[in-house]
Formats: sequence, structure tokens, C-alpha cells
Amino acid sequence: MNTALFGQAFIGGLLIGTGAMVLMLFNGRIAGISGITASTLGKPARQHLWRYAFITGLVLAPFITAPLGFGLPVPLPGDAILLAVAGVLVGIGTRLGSGCTSGHGICGLGRLSVRSLIATITFMVTAILTVLVLRLFS
Amino acid sequence: MKTVLSALLAGLLFGAGLTVSTMTDPLRVLAFLDIFGQWDPTLAFVMGGALCVYLPAYQFIIKPRNQTLLNSAFHIPQKSRADARLVAGAILFGIGWGLAGICPGPALTNLTGDTQTILYFVLPMLAGLKLSDKWL
Repeated sequence: MNTALFGQAFIGGLLIGTGAMVLMLFNGRIAGISGITASTLGKPARQHLWRYAFITGLVLAPFITAPLGFGLPVPLPGDAILLAVAGVLVGIGTRLGSGCTSGHGICGLGRLSVRSLIATITFMVTAILTVLVLRLFS
Repeated sequence: MKTVLSALLAGLLFGAGLTVSTMTDPLRVLAFLDIFGQWDPTLAFVMGGALCVYLPAYQFIIKPRNQTLLNSAFHIPQKSRADARLVAGAILFGIGWGLAGICPGPALTNLTGDTQTILYFVLPMLAGLKLSDKWL
């Protein structure tokens, strides 16, 4: 087992938690990526300014971390069809289920929300089973 | 203006965390989900680290307050009970996450890396978000 990355993963987690905390402390908003993204898909509006800003930060962050030695994985694995199917499922699922890894898994659990705990257990177990099934058939 | 800057800072911190923690690497995510195979537990430390900050911050700083630091209202979800919609959504999301190893945050943060490949995921994801809002 490669334990070298445990510390790096933990520090990354601290940064994620701090980002979510800043958004709640100053903007009063849950850092749920799927919800924030979905809300910006309609007509541009002033009320969405904070959402555009948050997403801009999310997209541009690698330009700050890359010079420090933390870059993005290039190239990404996966074929177009598989990624597209997964993308649609993630889009529909996170909207129907009111959140994803960030909104339920971090913010919801941090609020000790039972709803988010159930959602998090459900998508974790489903994802684990999906990986298992894929491995059995590949 | 202040709300835009704080949201930008929050996004930068969040995206930096996703990159530093390697949550942006689908192979690492899939290895984390592969608990019956060559399980790589590394990414458990990401959620652990995030909760180490967010849980106490929420319980001890945010919850006792009536207003944000910029004197606006908190928008906290009021629903507390799980329903079929929540579980069905989480199942669909889990299948998608297990297929690609990509969830919405890392999908967006990857946009400046291997842009073409991540767009195969992001554009359908945006369509899914939109479809869900329209029909479900």
C-alpha cells in the first residue's frame, strides 16, 4: 500500500473544507457543486454572480497549485461513450438527489444531516458496486 | 462585490484542495472505490480532512450565528427526511461516479487540463442537470 499520499490527500481535504467554510461564513451558501452549477445554467442573472465567481475559482485553481507541484492528470483515461453516459447519470442523479460528494458528503455530513448521510452511503455503496461489476465483466 | 470575492476565494480553495488531494485523478478515485480489489484508501483522507474543518466550523462558528460575516442570511436546506427521490438520485449518481471516477467538482477543475476528454463528461453532465430540472 502506498501511504505516501495520505498526507497530501489530507491537506487537500483541509483546503476543500476551508473553501466550503468560507462560502458558508461569507455567502451563507452550501458548497454543493452540482446545485451551484445547475443554478447557473439558465439566463444570466445578478443573483448568480457569487455562483459564477465560485465556479471560476474552481476552474482556475490548478493554475495556482501547478507551480507548487500539484497539477492535473493529463491525459485523462476513458473513452468518449463511457464518459458521456457517466456524465449524464451524474448530472441527473445529483440533481434528483439534491447533491453530490460536496453538498452531501462534506457540507451535509458536517451539518450532521441524516438526509445527507443516507445519500452519501447510497452513492458510495452504488459506486463501489459499479466498480465491482465493471471489474467482473472486463 | 465582497460576496463575489469571497465566493471566488472559496472556489479557489476548493479547487486547489481537489487538485492537491488528487481527487481530480479518475484512476485514483476508481482505486478508492475498488474495495474488493486492489483498494487504495488514500481518498478517505480527503473527506476526513474536509470534515475536520467543516464539521467544527459549522457546529461551533456558523450554527450559533444568525447572519453571515457579510450580514446576509444563511441558506441552509430545511429538509431532514430522506425520500425515494433522494435515494434514486444518489443511486444514479453512484453508478455514474463508479463508471468514470469523476464527480461534479473534479469534472470542473479538470477543465483546464485534458480539456477535450473532460468535455466528453462535462457537457453530458450539464445536459443531465438541465434535463433533471426540466422533467423530474
